[in-house]
Amino acid sequence: MNEFLQRADLVGLAAATLLASTPLVLAALGGVMSERSGVVNIALEGIMLTGAFMGYVAALATHNLWFGVGVAILSGALIAGLHAVLAIEFLVDQIVSGTVINILAVGITGVYYRTFIQQQNVAGPGTLPVWKIPFLANLPVLGPIFFQNQFVTYAMVVLVVCVHLLLFRSVWGLRTRACGEHPLAAETAGISVRFMRYGNVMLSGALGGLGGAYFSLQQVGNFLPNMTGGKGFIALAAMIFGKWTPFGAFLASLLFAASDALGSRLQFYGINIPYQITSTLPYVLTIIVVAGAVGRAIAPAAVGRPYKKS
Amino acid sequence: MPALELRGIVKTFGGLRANDGVDLVVQWGEVHALLGENGAGKSTLMNVVYGLQSPDAGEIVYDGQPVVIRRPEDAIRRGIGMVHQHFMLIPPLTVAENVVLGHESARGGMMDLTAAGQMVSELSHRYGLEVDPRARVRDLSVGLQQRVEILKALYRGARLLILDEPTAVLTPQEIDRLFEIVSNLKAEGKAVIFITHKLAEVMRIADQITVMRRGKVVATTTPAESSPPDLARLMVGRPVLLRVEKGPAHPGDVLLEVEALKVEDDLHHPAVEGVDLQVRAGEILGVAGVEGNGQRELVEAIVGLRPAKGRVTIAGRDMSHATTHRRLKDLSHIPADRQQMGVILDMSIADNLVLPDFDRPPFAHWLIRALDSIRAFAARIIKEYDIRAERPEQRTGSLSGGNQQKVVVARELATDPKILIAAQPTRGVDVGSIEFIHRRIVEQRDRGLAVLLVSSELDEVLSLSDRVAVIYRGQIAAVLEGEAIDREHIGLLMAGAA
Repeated sequence: MNEFLQRADLVGLAAATLLASTPLVLAALGGVMSERSGVVNIALEGIMLTGAFMGYVAALATHNLWFGVGVAILSGALIAGLHAVLAIEFLVDQIVSGTVINILAVGITGVYYRTFIQQQNVAGPGTLPVWKIPFLANLPVLGPIFFQNQFVTYAMVVLVVCVHLLLFRSVWGLRTRACGEHPLAAETAGISVRFMRYGNVMLSGALGGLGGAYFSLQQVGNFLPNMTGGKGFIALAAMIFGKWTPFGAFLASLLFAASDALGSRLQFYGINIPYQITSTLPYVLTIIVVAGAVGRAIAPAAVGRPYKKS
Repeated sequence: MPALELRGIVKTFGGLRANDGVDLVVQWGEVHALLGENGAGKSTLMNVVYGLQSPDAGEIVYDGQPVVIRRPEDAIRRGIGMVHQHFMLIPPLTVAENVVLGHESARGGMMDLTAAGQMVSELSHRYGLEVDPRARVRDLSVGLQQRVEILKALYRGARLLILDEPTAVLTPQEIDRLFEIVSNLKAEGKAVIFITHKLAEVMRIADQITVMRRGKVVATTTPAESSPPDLARLMVGRPVLLRVEKGPAHPGDVLLEVEALKVEDDLHHPAVEGVDLQVRAGEILGVAGVEGNGQRELVEAIVGLRPAKGRVTIAGRDMSHATTHRRLKDLSHIPADRQQMGVILDMSIADNLVLPDFDRPPFAHWLIRALDSIRAFAARIIKEYDIRAERPEQRTGSLSGGNQQKVVVARELATDPKILIAAQPTRGVDVGSIEFIHRRIVEQRDRGLAVLLVSSELDEVLSLSDRVAVIYRGQIAAVLEGEAIDREHIGLLMAGAA
């Protein structure tokens, strides 16, 4: 038993789970804010990809990873702004406009990857440093899981709490929820639904952009085409499974991330399943969870419905 | 100095002049009733005052100052509050959150809910609007939700309060409470504009009455100087019968029977919990109740649009598991939601009229539609039911609400059904059409039709029904007949208090 536990390396699995959950949680938090204000955001995949690409390019150009992180956040917010303009200003169906962003992101980042990044044989900017928190990092079990991480992961944990407070304790959050449930009621209370939706969609983009930075600046230190690999969609599943709450989305993301981390470790445990199958685990789990959760979970009442003042 | 003075307000939607040069003067400390039929332009006028719609022309003078109100915020800031017919509340939020929404007391962006709760309690006590600030709005009765709406307006410092059809969804007892509150507000020197189409309420509560018809003010008067028949004539433009003329019923066999019916709502909560009903040939059974007590689910289960447990017998046959198509052979259905379920707005009047039989003779031969007989049939019905249309090919959506409803009623009665389920048959319909539709239903009753009338308008249930069943929280609280049909008693039953 003891030997099995050592081999199973549960602490390592937990640490890998938290790490893998980072982009999921960030994108899911973005989804929560956007959808709570009434705008469906299936563009999170494209937003993360854009963030990953722009962040990498900025870091490459300036040799400053932190500048890269900032650009990733900003570019995520900006491309989400495009989604907002299409959905709020031109009343484009929000699924369609989200899909537009996703396709656009794959296309543009793919093209510039080939013409710009692939051609340059410069040294990459590297990855964000691992910060060991003094004292805490040396705690048994907790230390390796929580206190020996890189920036984006630390930021993710802090943001879960921040977004929770923002959504449920702040004026901004109350107004956001009002816009997502009953925009006309919000408008008659003197709230600008348009302003709140723009703000939240762009905030959603900023969170997604930071999630994108995870891939290129924290995990790999390079940009690869389509490197987000559908994580933006899994994050949406986590948001639904988490009932549109920050902590719910966090826990659901951990579940998906654990299946991801487990999948890549099964062989390590001596279980002989081809990795092609084990790496489908999070995706299969997504289908099962969404099939089970959709219809039961109650979405914000006005989500996906354009609102136009008469 | 008057609280509000409107001069020559004009507001058009496409070709329709919803407000056509409206003048109105409202004094402080007065309850001013704005009376008119649906579509007379009352709500449009008040939306202009509240900044939800901008006028094409005209002037608004508030408390002696000419003002421009572009958004609700402008109105709120000046002390104009509005309680909409469809409440502007957010069901998952608490009472306190709903009240302070948009004008939150906050520290560094974070909500101060304790202060909000205290404010709400204070206002509640002052005006007799008792409600728990921590309750979630979705758990409150309609009457309590309305109090939250009034609190919301008062919290924002309203001195002029607009109430848009405030009694439409209330029980008689709740209406009494509302009138007390309105009197309190008046005593504090506030001005109240009371939008309604109910004459009795106007006579009871108003100090001044302004009557509107087709976008224009047709009279300004007081309860002392007028009477309900006068006001009805002003509203409609011709004398109207305020009472339905009907003789005693001659009930025959039971045609519709519902036993131990249990139905769930969209969220899978029980909505109808063991209902038994019998409707006989030649009688009208009215179902009275505050909206949302399972009426919709009951009707949909009988028609077969919603799965249900229990037994439904239609014209002597067990139809509990039959498809809607089979049930509609002997049964007609006037749905509560005209625009969603009653007519297809984008199709012509003729096509809407033949919907039940569009695929069989005389309206179709195999795959070919018989356009001549469809047109002839439609032309005949349009005449018979006095549907105000230019031609049968006209788009149904271009008709007024009353005429759309006549299309539905005509279609459902034209198939010679044995049973009619009429849900809110006169909702959003002008007084003239109401009179017409009621007369048709009574006529058919006298020919042996069994009618199940479901309506949240208590007046409609009382004037049409031979027997009255009161529904409360998915159960039939009582079935009353003859002398036992008493307005006050029914009101108590509707509120679950008897």
